[in-house]
Amino acid sequence: MNDTLANTEKKTAYILTLPAVLLVFSIILFPIFANIWISFKEVELKDIRIPEPRAKKIVKSVSDEPTKIKILYKLRNSSLIQEIKDVSFQDNFPKNFEVENLDPRCSYEKYRLKCKFGNWPAKYRENFQVELETNDGSKIDKKNLKSIKPKLDGKSDNILLNTNFTLKNFKKVLFENEFIDLLLTTFYYTFFGTVGSIVFGILTAQMVNQKFYGRTFMRSVLLFPYVAPVVALAYTWELLLDPNSGTLNSLLLNYQIIETPINLLGQKYIEISLLGFDFKLRLALTTVIMFEIWRYFPLAFLFILARLQAIPKELYEAADVDGASPFQKFFNITLPQITAVISILFMIRFIWNFNKFEDVFLLTGGASGTRTLPINVYQQGFAISDIGMGSAVSIVIVVLLLMFMFFYFKLLGKRVDEN
Amino acid sequence: MRIKNTILFSFISSIFLIFLISIWKILATLQGLSIKSFNIEIIFIFGFLISLAHLGVGDRIKSIYKSIIFSSIFVFCDGYLIQKLPIWYNLGAFLILYFFTNKISKYTSIGLKEEHSTQVILFDFLTLFGILFFSFVILFPFYMMLVTSFKTQIALLVNPLDFSINFGQDIKDLFKSYFVIFKSYKFGKYIVTSTIVSVGTVIITLLFAIPAAYAVARLNFFGKTFLSTSILIIYMFPAIVLVIPLYTIFSQLGLRNSIEGLLIVYTATTLPVAIYMLQGYFKSIPKELEEAAILDKLSWFGIISKIIIPLSIPAISSVALYVFMIAWNEFLFSLMFLDNPNSFTLSRAIQYLSGDAETPRQYLMAGSVVVTLPVLFIFVYFEKYLVSGLTAGSVKG
Repeated sequence: MNDTLANTEKKTAYILTLPAVLLVFSIILFPIFANIWISFKEVELKDIRIPEPRAKKIVKSVSDEPTKIKILYKLRNSSLIQEIKDVSFQDNFPKNFEVENLDPRCSYEKYRLKCKFGNWPAKYRENFQVELETNDGSKIDKKNLKSIKPKLDGKSDNILLNTNFTLKNFKKVLFENEFIDLLLTTFYYTFFGTVGSIVFGILTAQMVNQKFYGRTFMRSVLLFPYVAPVVALAYTWELLLDPNSGTLNSLLLNYQIIETPINLLGQKYIEISLLGFDFKLRLALTTVIMFEIWRYFPLAFLFILARLQAIPKELYEAADVDGASPFQKFFNITLPQITAVISILFMIRFIWNFNKFEDVFLLTGGASGTRTLPINVYQQGFAISDIGMGSAVSIVIVVLLLMFMFFYFKLLGKRVDEN
Repeated sequence: MRIKNTILFSFISSIFLIFLISIWKILATLQGLSIKSFNIEIIFIFGFLISLAHLGVGDRIKSIYKSIIFSSIFVFCDGYLIQKLPIWYNLGAFLILYFFTNKISKYTSIGLKEEHSTQVILFDFLTLFGILFFSFVILFPFYMMLVTSFKTQIALLVNPLDFSINFGQDIKDLFKSYFVIFKSYKFGKYIVTSTIVSVGTVIITLLFAIPAAYAVARLNFFGKTFLSTSILIIYMFPAIVLVIPLYTIFSQLGLRNSIEGLLIVYTATTLPVAIYMLQGYFKSIPKELEEAAILDKLSWFGIISKIIIPLSIPAISSVALYVFMIAWNEFLFSLMFLDNPNSFTLSRAIQYLSGDAETPRQYLMAGSVVVTLPVLFIFVYFEKYLVSGLTAGSVKG
């Protein structure tokens, strides 16, 4: 009895989870394996369209003979690069039509025209004509004839499915000079974006955790950048920072803080001298990081605030009795209580920033030294149309991420052991 | 100690006053007032003197009179003697000063002698400063988005700093950008597409997620732990890695440029979070209720529809709102899969609009307002649900 119950429970569980599991696996896990496959191939964007045999049907009346008609089929191979094999053709006619002068490749049986056109090379074109006559002398309805669409079929190699593999993509990705630059840019973007958003998250959470008028309103406002659509925010920032008519530059010029406009999103380096040292700052990258921090510190804020509100009040009361100052309370009570949240946040944000595509794409498109790895996936795959290269870059991203997670968990595990 | 604290207090509060007045001056400049300088030195001296005077006068005058007197003197000097500015500016400055003097009124010269008072002052003012700074930094871009959408190209060329809205003009002129994007750029259609895609994603996700989450929360089966850990791992997986294979497969299946294609991808990417959030809630429902139902011979369908769903309406609405927002805001897949303007979503349409350098920026901003408003409205209105959902599932982004 118990056994059958457990069995039905199992069955129910599988029925309940199967739809979700199938969908997620086919859309998320399968593509990851497909990526590995494609990354070892030389595939371009134009190769992935399956070549199709196509026909355009044109109906022409024959002068002075209303019972006769000519039909012209403009045949072509849709692909500019691939051959189609064994093209077959079929078209149907009303039941009073007879064919005249039939092409040797075709047959006409039961008012059905069937042809075997053999192999069509790439870019193949042919004008194929058939003449017909009604056998009962009735007039021909051209519209009706045109509405019947011919069917074509053919075989072609799917370049994605053959077994030609190459290491060329990975060689190109890993050994080109820019790879180091790409990695560094991605690392700066990810690391400073993550740290910045966590620091601002701590500050704002500490702020909102105190009592003041309008506190709930403040909490909503702080989450605005996080919930609003990235497209709208990125274009607003672009407009604010525009060197020609942007509000920020206009303001700074108006108050005579700067003399010439600064192109915050379009300038790769800016020279800064601080304490007698001259150094170059990656300007566009810094701006993009600022946007990143601005957009994602609310997540850190929310997590840390939730943790702060769970800290027992007695801890602070005891500290007050001991005569601790506000800063002592912050460093000795608050910070130790939120380290666990911060380490989780660091990991989540690091991974997500590492993969962030939209923000940089919308702000700079990857120009002026802001090209990160995800931007490179897009540029290789869609701007240069080299799907194989794009996939190879994706694989590099996945491997780097797995490495990061591995080391992070090892480090974290060690620290937990020590405690 | 007391003198040191007095100076420190006056110093910090005057820096705070500079900050307040500077924000007000920036906002006033953006209304077209010609303000060329913040006059930082003068405001610093004012702030310092007001703070000292406040400590010196103490309780001898009622604090409300004190505030009004100090504020009036400041406004007279700043808005009349130094530069003649309109009444609305001075009224705002007066309110800011009133706020400022009220804030400093809780510090007394006796209180400054207490232990840690230096740090208390620092801490208080940092908090105040932080609240105002973050409010400004966050709201400013949204404010600019809104006001730009009401301006015209010519007005912005004449004075790039004048964002004042002329409410006296005809409604048609005021909302011109909005009329244009709906008429010439078919934004009405994009709103419909975005709504269908987002609502569709919510419905399909819930249909798939509720049973799966119930199974994970309640039933025992082989592979359960594997399933629940893989949900979390998949959730971390980067969308950019999926783009190329999905693009090739969708091209070959003819799913690009179709709402169905977007629905499939959005559902698959939001399912893991939805299952994760829901199963956590389902676990908190007392088991006894279902045991009674099992005795009544209710099937699993009956249990889910008659017991679980009615009991978890708050959790389900929070997941639904959250999935709606993800689908509405999504950009990467709509960029990759849609290249026919007839099937654009709002986000994709705005990006397409910006691709044309000739597009006036107020149209772009009007489009941005149109795509942002529904999300912000939903967020503010349902904040309680969403915030609990956000912390439980931690939004992907």
